[in-house]
This record gives sequence, structure tokens and C-alpha cells, in this order.
Amino acid sequence: MVTVHYFASIREKLGLSSEQVELPTQVDTVDALAALLIEQHGSAWESVLKKSSVLVAVNQSVASFTSSVTNEDEIAFFPPVTGG
Amino acid sequence: MRSLKISIQQQDFSIDDECAAMRAGHKDIGALATFTGLVRELDDMGTASSARQSVSSLYLEHYPGMTEKNLQEIAEEADQRWPLLDVVIIHRIGELKVSEQIVFVGVSSMHREAAFAACAFIMDYLKTKAAFWKKSNSGEGKENDGHWVEAKKSDTKATEKWAETKQKR
Repeated sequence: MVTVHYFASIREKLGLSSEQVELPTQVDTVDALAALLIEQHGSAWESVLKKSSVLVAVNQSVASFTSSVTNEDEIAFFPPVTGG
Repeated sequence: MRSLKISIQQQDFSIDDECAAMRAGHKDIGALATFTGLVRELDDMGTASSARQSVSSLYLEHYPGMTEKNLQEIAEEADQRWPLLDVVIIHRIGELKVSEQIVFVGVSSMHREAAFAACAFIMDYLKTKAAFWKKSNSGEGKENDGHWVEAKKSDTKATEKWAETKQKR
């Protein structure tokens, strides 16, 4: 299982802050995970995860959609940061 | 860097107490630079089409675990650039009303140049690299009437400027 976190505007749009997903063996990148989530959840996820500004972290480090993921990983999707 | 304190907290902080704690027992400090960010009443959205709006409060969200790591990395990068003594970074989360304190950065060093520069550097990097998100609630004080603040190009530029000037000490 991977844990997927959603933050800020993305969390609000999806109405979900985190979920656990079992990765099929062929799903081994963030890109493939995003496709799986869109397939499972539908259009809300598509509008959020296909946005060019969406950022991703794997195990709490900034990553990209080509980064690899395996079960046990912690993935997060979030918009550009705006602290301070 | 002799010490680093990172705190992400809901409760307010005291600038005086933080400065006193940084000075206590240290005779080698010649410069202490601090920055405090406050909740400003007037929003600037960065887009020309949107009028400036009155803000009644901000809601600050973070990514527990990753945000602390981001701040630690930012402080370590500052430490590679300048000879620093002690660094304190405090960032509040949750609901913050106009005029409340959001963020504190304190940097001590032997001389002012390092303290000033590192303080500015840490704030610029915090704005673009630390996992915090800000929601702005407008004047009426209604729940959920706010909008998520957009990242600003000027903040990205400020960070890029430091990247260009990188020189190891």
C-alpha cells in the first residue's frame, strides 16, 4: 500500500486529505499512480493531477512525475507553496 | 552553525524571548538579525485583474514531517554560505488574524553581513521551498469564504537570485 496525501487547495477540491492505495505491479512511477487514481476516482482527480502546477513529493522529498514509487512509499500531491 | 531551532506551532511567540534566548550565555555573538512576518490586512493577489481585498484572517497549513525537513535543509544551506552561530525558525499554523505574527527567523553571527544575508536568504527560501500553504479569508469573517493564496513570481525570482550568487565560503 502507498499512502497518498493531498494538501491545501487540492485537499479541498478532492474532499480528501489522504488515502491508501494498493499498487499493481505495473504501477511503478508517480505518473502511473496518478493515472490509477484518476481511473479509480474520476474527473475531480483528473482536473487536479493533470494541472501543470501540481507538485509531488515521494517520502517527503520533492519528486517528479517520472520518479519511481513502490508499495510502502508516502506520496503527496500539493500546489506551489505559499508560506511565510 | 552552533545550534538550530525549528518550531512549527499554533501558539504565538515572543520576539523578545526568542532574542533573549539566542543571546543568553553567548559572548561571541556580534550580530543578531531577525525577521518577523505578520498577517497584513490588504491582500495582493499578484494578478492585475483581481482587486485588492481586505483580509480578516489567514489559515496556514503544512505537511508534518516534510516541512520540518525543508526548513532544516534551508538552514543548512545558509550555514554553508555564511559563518553562522545560532539559527531559529518559527512558523505558525492554523487560523491567524490580521496583525498576528506568522513567522520568525533569527540568525546570530559574529558580524552583521552574515546575519543580515542569512536571515533574508532563509526567508526567501522558506517562501518558495517549505511546505506551507496559506488561505486568505476576506473581511466578512465567514467560514470557508476564503481563497488559497497563489504563489508569487516575485518570490521565485528572489530565490533564483540567491542561486545565481551562490559562493562557498
